[in-house]
Amino acid sequence: MARRLINRHPTRIGIVYLGLLPFVVLIALYATGSAIRLADNPTDKLLPAFSTLAAAVDRVAMTPDRRTGEILLWVDTAASLTRLGLGLAVATALALLVGIANGILPYVRAGLSPFVVAFSMIPPMAVLPILFIVFGLDELSKVVLIVFGIAPTMMRDLKARVEEMPREQLIKAQTLGASSWQIVLRVVLPQVLPRLIDALRLSLGPAWLFLISAEAIASEVGLGYRIFLVRRYLAMDVILPYVAWITLLAAFGDVTLRMVSRKLFPWVEGERGRS
Amino acid sequence: MTQVSVVNLWKEFEGQVVIERVNLEVAPHSFISIVGPSGCGKSTFLRMLLSQEAPTRGAIRIDGKSLPAEPTEQRGVVFQRYSVFPHLTVLENVAFGLEVAASRLLGRLFGARRRAAFEGCRGILEEVGLDAARDKYPAQLSGGMQQRLAIAQALIKKPKVLLLDEPFGALDPGIRNDIHQLMLRLFDETGMTVFMVTHDLREAFKLGTRLIAFDRYRTRPEERELYGATVTFDIPLDRATAGERRQAMDEIAPRVSASADL
Repeated sequence: MARRLINRHPTRIGIVYLGLLPFVVLIALYATGSAIRLADNPTDKLLPAFSTLAAAVDRVAMTPDRRTGEILLWVDTAASLTRLGLGLAVATALALLVGIANGILPYVRAGLSPFVVAFSMIPPMAVLPILFIVFGLDELSKVVLIVFGIAPTMMRDLKARVEEMPREQLIKAQTLGASSWQIVLRVVLPQVLPRLIDALRLSLGPAWLFLISAEAIASEVGLGYRIFLVRRYLAMDVILPYVAWITLLAAFGDVTLRMVSRKLFPWVEGERGRS
Repeated sequence: MTQVSVVNLWKEFEGQVVIERVNLEVAPHSFISIVGPSGCGKSTFLRMLLSQEAPTRGAIRIDGKSLPAEPTEQRGVVFQRYSVFPHLTVLENVAFGLEVAASRLLGRLFGARRRAAFEGCRGILEEVGLDAARDKYPAQLSGGMQQRLAIAQALIKKPKVLLLDEPFGALDPGIRNDIHQLMLRLFDETGMTVFMVTHDLREAFKLGTRLIAFDRYRTRPEERELYGATVTFDIPLDRATAGERRQAMDEIAPRVSASADL
């Protein structure tokens, strides 16, 4: 008798093929659509041919700009990644500080926790104008938007993780003579760090969203800025490679964080398997 | 030598009496087994000994001094689960108590002092049979090994009183027997006083020098909130022969209902 669907597993090589399949289908659909539209109208800009895309990539990623002598894609990437990195770093540090304090110190929790919850309900894009007014149109306001957008959720997540820790561990640490500070440093913090990386991975998506939004609205350089700039000329040949590049960067960030987590916290895997 | 006295102890939760009128004088170097049906407050009693909960009335004194309001090094504990730190290796778990005492700011040692402290933990690890597993993480250990680790971790601080909350309840019978022998040996060597809550009456009789049973003496529904559990049996075991223990156990078994299945 045939086994149930939930018990049927693809082979190792099958997994690779099945994983690639949607990408191949998408590319094939694009190629077909592009060919049909170009046959109809050779000047169509909506779905440029692969050769056009390659030429655009060559122009923005390989050739120095005639005016500035810089390669456009790298300049944009450097600007965007600097903003993103700063935003993520500040948000992570804040989340660690506030999340642990909220999770373990009853007095801080009573004072700060409702505020963090309320704060996390503010739609970040709604305060973007305020950020522009207060922090100006340059780098700071973009970094602040990213922090504003992801830090409150991360704080709440970490607080929940701290509260989830078995009480027994905290009691045990006290019977072994540890002070509050030592408990935070040696019991809570190390166990929360893997969760922090998880929270950071989940925040990567929103962080990119806020970055691109801020760049689209007011900027002079950056990946988001470029996309929205060339949109005026319907330059799909530039937009599509940029989107692919951003996706690649985001995926790379995610994979890197996962590998860092596995490397640094070897005890986590066993724990997860057990519960 | 540690003298524990419990004076007229009451505990109420939101108007409901859980424990009432508990009076105990515990001689130095006693192994007190605490038995009783579920919900009789024996774990609550242990948590009060630990200062994890405060008594509503009455007092617990160790060597004549009232208990501090929070858990301290004076009283070690082994829980049924989650007693060890999952992110530390076996050796690091045991050294934890030494490290936090030696380094107030960072709670950890480095270099020669670290090596010395870790070397000092090898003896107790040897004793509980975990020296070969000293670099493993708790998730890589069996349940019995984890509990032996929890015992070693607590004993490194040389507590006056060791509190055990159903520590062997989740273990297989064979492993449980080994760990009983270990526990008895450590009890003899250290001279500490042990309080052990257990569901297993046989275990209670085997390890204890004295057995106390908690139970409610008023069980009508309208009385349940107003009257708590108290000590209903208090049996000295230290000088009892095997036959006398057997007899006492047969006598008490049907009356400590949670253990009636033994």
